[in-house]
Amino acid sequence: MTDLTAPSVQSTDVVPARSRFPLHIAVFLAPALAIYTLFSIYPLIDTIRLSLYAGDETGARSFVGLQNFQTLLSDPNWSGQFWNALRNNLVFFAIHMVVQNGIGLGLAMLLSLPRLTGGSVYRTLIFLPTMLSVVIIGFIWQLILNPLWGIAPSLLKAVGLGSFFGPWLGQESTALLTVSLISVWQFVGIPMMLIYAALLNIPDDLLDAATVDGAGPFSVFWFVRLPLILPTLGVVSILTFVANFNAFDLIYAVKGALAGPNFSTDILGTFFYRTFFGFQLQVGSPTMGAAVATAMLVIILIGVLIYLFGVQRRLQRHTF
Amino acid sequence: MKTLHSKAFRRRAGQLLATASVVAAALAFANVASAQTLTIESWRNDDADVWNTKIIPAFNKTHPNIKVQFKADPPTEYNAALNARLAGGTAGDLITCRPFDASLDLFKKGNLIAVNDVKGLENFSDVAKSAWSTDDGRTTFCMPMASVIHGFVYNKEIFDELKLTPPKTVAEFHAVLDKIKADGKYTPIAMGTADQWEAATMGFQNIGVNYWKGEEGRKALIEGKQKFTDKPYVDAFKELASWAPYMGDGYKAQKYPDTQNLFTLGRAAIYPAGSWDVPIFRKQADFEFDAFAPPVVNAGDKCYISDHTDIAIGINAKSQNMEAAKTFLSWVASPEFAEIYANELPGFFPLSKAKVDVKDPVAAKFVGWRGTCESSIRNSYQILSRGTPNLENELWNVSAQVMNGTMKPEEAAKKAEDGLASWYEPHKK
Repeated sequence: MTDLTAPSVQSTDVVPARSRFPLHIAVFLAPALAIYTLFSIYPLIDTIRLSLYAGDETGARSFVGLQNFQTLLSDPNWSGQFWNALRNNLVFFAIHMVVQNGIGLGLAMLLSLPRLTGGSVYRTLIFLPTMLSVVIIGFIWQLILNPLWGIAPSLLKAVGLGSFFGPWLGQESTALLTVSLISVWQFVGIPMMLIYAALLNIPDDLLDAATVDGAGPFSVFWFVRLPLILPTLGVVSILTFVANFNAFDLIYAVKGALAGPNFSTDILGTFFYRTFFGFQLQVGSPTMGAAVATAMLVIILIGVLIYLFGVQRRLQRHTF
Repeated sequence: MKTLHSKAFRRRAGQLLATASVVAAALAFANVASAQTLTIESWRNDDADVWNTKIIPAFNKTHPNIKVQFKADPPTEYNAALNARLAGGTAGDLITCRPFDASLDLFKKGNLIAVNDVKGLENFSDVAKSAWSTDDGRTTFCMPMASVIHGFVYNKEIFDELKLTPPKTVAEFHAVLDKIKADGKYTPIAMGTADQWEAATMGFQNIGVNYWKGEEGRKALIEGKQKFTDKPYVDAFKELASWAPYMGDGYKAQKYPDTQNLFTLGRAAIYPAGSWDVPIFRKQADFEFDAFAPPVVNAGDKCYISDHTDIAIGINAKSQNMEAAKTFLSWVASPEFAEIYANELPGFFPLSKAKVDVKDPVAAKFVGWRGTCESSIRNSYQILSRGTPNLENELWNVSAQVMNGTMKPEEAAKKAEDGLASWYEPHKK
């Protein structure tokens, strides 16, 4: 795993004082900067600009200031959907944090057991769904959970739990949870791999020393390993946060852009899609869509800032 | 040394630029050479086969020098993809038009041209043109192609086995459902609410016309003389809610393809249908099936059907092949096209005044209702879905909820009415 905050490499050579502009820096930066500006910074800024406009039916746009945001947050027709999407998104994120990252951590611990045979097979198998297309994942799980011909109801019946089966993807109370768990199933390999790599990085000396000092397996985990992988857990959390608040594809593949039943699986991504591109008879509004996109940017920015200033700065990094 | 390098670099760059311009020129030339190719944008990916093997070859018989290419997106992605391509200037010459506002919006934004001067438009009635005309009815911007009709398709073998006759009234309909349910072998109604539109389109709009008396109710709704909270609409929702016990296991998670399979596998007796299902069933079902019109409330009532203007074709204002595109549109208006379309895609019924023989017996039955019942279109399509919240989206949502039992019919009607009243003047009083 790349260590972003590693101290910069100290050069022992004395750099001769230069009066002119260090051209090589610009040359090295240029390709990345140009591509990043063209495909990321410019669209981002243009989206924010677009969110300050409103279009009329001929497609002509005029500057309206923050009116789109005012509509989004105060008009009940918009704000109801917006807050609902945000709330569902937070639930979606919470389930990923607890279930996906929890299981990921557990799997990484199991994989790093010293006497484990076939570790690379498990690793590959668990990581495999991450590499599949979301459309395939959505399709497979819809088939598995299908109340008419899915294998889930027959499997449950076979073990006598048939009465526990429900049309989970179609009930307001369970749809969001089910979709979240499908997404967890797909992406659990990522935290597992990151944490596994961090665990491998811990020198055996430390673990041996702790054992010699009388620590049991639990104490070794709690007092030695966990503190050492905390920075990785931080990175995993922020990756999960950003990915979840940008999520769209799985919900769209499984529940469609109307994210039913009764918008119970609607997250910011699907809300944005409907607003920007329109849906069935709803005509899309690029300017209002840009406002939703900007709101999403702000939400993600707030989350990342909390992480950067609240968590990242307090983390201690250990280099061996 | 530095200067030497930069010289070499400049020479290299010069060569690269030269190559690039040659390639660009070649591409531009290729573009000119294929100028007579028309590309059709469509959401009918199911029909790609028919277009490529029947419709386009038939057109080429009389117009050999115009090449036509059929390019379809999945229905749910069409609007978004088309808008993106129109904005980017890469959309095809011919654009398949959704009815009413989606296309009206494209026309107002200057993406579609008026087709008033295109030969053949006179073959269509005002009702046929209404879905693709401006509100004042003066300008038409798409050539009407076809409408779809709602009704119920039933499995004839199951009906024979259980000695049932197709119901004419709502009471008979429920008696039939009860008998199928009591027998226990088959699912009475094949329908799911997971996709939501099934509940609204095959459910609410399908049976609703008999409650709100077709055009009469639809126009009254637009004028503000009727509200969704009025009896006909609440009754339609009530009828929908009463279907729930007759639907398949876990219908709440059942999607449209599941519904189709449930019926074509012979596991369900009655399928609330759109006529576009007929060709699909023809291919997949190995039993005999037939259709009955939406049941009327009382015996002897006048019957109504949802005969929805669904599909038309227009010309991209940025098309380079305007004349060829107009030629194609005129051909679409011809009886020859109507004949091919109606019989290759039974279930899509031509809107032109030309008399067309529909050979598929079930499709012919659907279109036959035009003679015995009054036609109407879906009540959310004209004008009423212009605001926020979008009425069509709301109807999907509440119809599915009514069938799921999470909303009472009265609440559903109130939600639709409140949404409409929040932006539509005639409903604000």
